Amino acid sequence: MRELIDTLHAQTFLGALSPTLLTLIFMVLGGLVIALVLALNALVAVYAERKVSAWMQDRVGPMEVGPRGVLQTLADTVKLLIKEDIIPAAANQRLHWFAPFLVFIAPCAAFAALPYARNFVFANFNIGVFYVVSITSLSVIGIMLAGWASNNKWALLGGMRAAAQIVSYEIPAGLAILVVVMQVGSLNFTDICVAQEGGIHRWLIWRYFPFNFIAFGIFYIATLAECNRTPFDLPEAESELVGGFHTEYSGFKWAIFMLSEYAEMLVVALVGASLFLGGWSSPIPGFLNTGAWGVFWLVLKGVFLIFTHMWLRWTLPRFRVDQLMHLSWKVLTPFSFACLLGVGVWILI
Amino acid sequence: MTSFDVMFYVIGALTLLSAVIMVFSKNIILNAIGLLFTFFGVAGIYVMLGADFIAATQLLIYVGGILVLLLFGVMLSQRITGLEMRTGTLQVVPAAIVCVGIAAILLRIILTTPWPQAKVAAPAPTTSKIGELFMTTYLIPFEIVSVLLLAALVGAAFLGRRDAR
Repeated sequence: MRELIDTLHAQTFLGALSPTLLTLIFMVLGGLVIALVLALNALVAVYAERKVSAWMQDRVGPMEVGPRGVLQTLADTVKLLIKEDIIPAAANQRLHWFAPFLVFIAPCAAFAALPYARNFVFANFNIGVFYVVSITSLSVIGIMLAGWASNNKWALLGGMRAAAQIVSYEIPAGLAILVVVMQVGSLNFTDICVAQEGGIHRWLIWRYFPFNFIAFGIFYIATLAECNRTPFDLPEAESELVGGFHTEYSGFKWAIFMLSEYAEMLVVALVGASLFLGGWSSPIPGFLNTGAWGVFWLVLKGVFLIFTHMWLRWTLPRFRVDQLMHLSWKVLTPFSFACLLGVGVWILI
Repeated sequence: MTSFDVMFYVIGALTLLSAVIMVFSKNIILNAIGLLFTFFGVAGIYVMLGADFIAATQLLIYVGGILVLLLFGVMLSQRITGLEMRTGTLQVVPAAIVCVGIAAILLRIILTTPWPQAKVAAPAPTTSKIGELFMTTYLIPFEIVSVLLLAALVGAAFLGRRDAR
């Protein structure tokens, strides 16, 4: 927090204002910008998901609202906002209200530390990677509370599954991130991105072959599971648990859950792009590699990763609970330890 | 009052208030929510003290690990088996004696410690220093703790598997 304030204070023309006032204004503005970007992200991503799924299944997808259905999600948003907010009589009213916001806070907070271009990061702190890993673990508490507060067996089971799944997959994801952190020698996103500048062959995914490549695969699978996306969507498996932890949610609060899911996808895609795929730097050395183009490249890489998330969702069937745990503890965790050891030995010799 | 002071008082108030809720609430889930915000407030205070690594670790271990497990246990026992878990007040006199004793010790430490008053402009990064100390000065305690945790992990796995065999 303090780093963010200092950065804003030192680098903008508003240094003349009272520091307290300026800090508060920037905190509110930054939050608003992130919330707006996330809302826009959900609007676009839901439309993209419907079109991608339609394309995979040889359908046309939404076509009625606007040209080729581009306004469909906007219409859906309006519908969700004016829908009745149903709270079950036996639910814990306060927690039922509070849980969706707790889920949404985690991806929102993570955006503060992500590097969008060379000198464009809200909070350039030296433990950025660690901060993102720890703050995103907050959403699981919101999901559990949502499941519990609904007072519904399906919702509770969904919440339980989410907790077990996210806690388990945090370990291989963290170890895969550690592989990158170890070879760059920094927990700062900016340092990691600077280390990868200068074209596609400098990206960390290609170094220490095959260890980093495997580490990227582990990171990708584990973060996909942390987002609760198919094939890891057991917490909301519609054919088993109706809607999982958000069975009893409707209207605006349900929309917040959807917003968080797509926000979380964006977070893990951008983190993956920053750690392994060069972050803001252009794949071709010297090609459109200045200033704001960094945002373009980062978003392009992020969008590609989100597209692969959708691709997998509409291709693969769902895991079983025991298969899910088997994959995390007996496959991904040992392999991520092997990558860590391999890169460590490689650096030493 | 600078923004630093404002943030300190906001975070301090949040920590104290949620700690009070955690201690005095009778509903065990509310206790857990109080604990969540207490952890958050303490992490915020760590950040204000310049201990960035400790703050993130606080979030990762306590919020992402311990609190999740705690909620997991409470939820499994309270709603699924229909067991009402309520916190009660027992052993008032011994508890009061222990509390007053600890409070006295803490107050004495707070009042006698010479607190540094100077404001550090920008706290230096702590992560690499912590890592260095772990690998040099505190190598043996660090290794002992990791062996202890490994033993606990093996024990937990053994207890978890005992019924299946």
